[in-house]
Amino acid sequence: MNHISEQQLVLLYYGESTEAATIDQHLVECEACRKEFRALQLVLNTVDSAPVPERGADYGKAVWQRIEKRIGGRKQRRFAQWWIWAPAMAALLVSAFLAGRLTHKPLGPEVAKNQQQIRERILMVAVGDHLERSQMVLAELSNAPDHKGKLDITDEREMASELLDDNRLYRQAARSTGDTAVANVLDDLERVLLEIAHSPTEVSSSQLDDLRQQIESRGLLFKVRVMGSQAREQEVAPAPQKNGKKL
Amino acid sequence: MEVEAGSAVERARSGDSDAFRLLVEQHSRAIFRLAFRMTGNEQDAEDVVQETFLRAYKQLNRYEARSSFATWLFRIASNYSLDLIRMRKRHEDKRERGADEERDILQSIPLDTPGPERMAYGTEVRDRVNAALNELSAQERAAFVLRHFEGLSIEEIGASLGTGTNATKHSIFRAVQKLRKNLEPVVGHAR
Repeated sequence: MNHISEQQLVLLYYGESTEAATIDQHLVECEACRKEFRALQLVLNTVDSAPVPERGADYGKAVWQRIEKRIGGRKQRRFAQWWIWAPAMAALLVSAFLAGRLTHKPLGPEVAKNQQQIRERILMVAVGDHLERSQMVLAELSNAPDHKGKLDITDEREMASELLDDNRLYRQAARSTGDTAVANVLDDLERVLLEIAHSPTEVSSSQLDDLRQQIESRGLLFKVRVMGSQAREQEVAPAPQKNGKKL
Repeated sequence: MEVEAGSAVERARSGDSDAFRLLVEQHSRAIFRLAFRMTGNEQDAEDVVQETFLRAYKQLNRYEARSSFATWLFRIASNYSLDLIRMRKRHEDKRERGADEERDILQSIPLDTPGPERMAYGTEVRDRVNAALNELSAQERAAFVLRHFEGLSIEEIGASLGTGTNATKHSIFRAVQKLRKNLEPVVGHAR
């Protein structure tokens, strides 16, 4: 047998070698490989001395206190449940909407027009909810108080990443209906949501300023508010008409 | 113990926040140790612990009892640690500067230090180990920490990090090579 490679020795050290018996035998016979394996063992055993700061027995309790308000309590649970179901329901509505557009059977012009209006109305309800939730995230960041230290934006990050998937779906639906005004706002919104979702959990004042600038430079908060109210108006209006929306 | 953990998971799934509190209290220290070894930074490790439990709570319905709850938490923590390290690198380019600093630290620690016993357990060796770990890339460090300290198999690590077995194996090989390069002058000297 040739000398044993370093990779074979690493696998042997971690008990993952498929040829352990052969290598063991070789190590008995070959002093050079034995020396090499001892050197490897020495380094890897030394790595165990890497210091880890100690955490006391009450550390778990302290962690719980930090996260409790986000996940515990009746109010938060209601929020969490709403949060879990709302996007799923909205996604279902949009899927139904798209499926209806793709698979509809030939109908009389009046019936087809009514069904088209119903589908668009369903879409606007879902988009309205989505924009309202997005507005909450944008407003939280835009109105966050100025501070010298770091600001914890964990909640906003989580909401932004949840909203991203829905946003893509709505944007596609809006494009497919030719509703370019809605699609364009959702396009802008998606870029900002992406940026928020990929920000650190704690941001410095300059990082927060960057995020605010992105929101403001596109006039996004204003557009989302206006579009959200339009969607709400259509939701309660008796007969939705297909009009172009300009902001 | 496993039965108790299993029942706590079941109760937490059905909305019992006290049951989730028990799980947090039980696993926090282990997650912190893993996170610190992955990130090499105390504040980041705290961030990882918090985020791991928040994500776990949101994804409780996705947990399948095929692996232990601790392993499932480790998976979440290691993936978030990786994201965090990469994000830091992307946004602040700290990693490169940090590596330069660590190299300087490595160079500045004198080799003519005390006898073998003291060296083996001494601060100098631990500082060098820490510095050597900081020289690993995010991927190498994650794979190495999970294999060396947490005892996960290469296959499990590949599945957890989504990198596949071969790439994980090579990350570990590269990590060991770098560690040997940086530490052998010290431990070799100590022998």
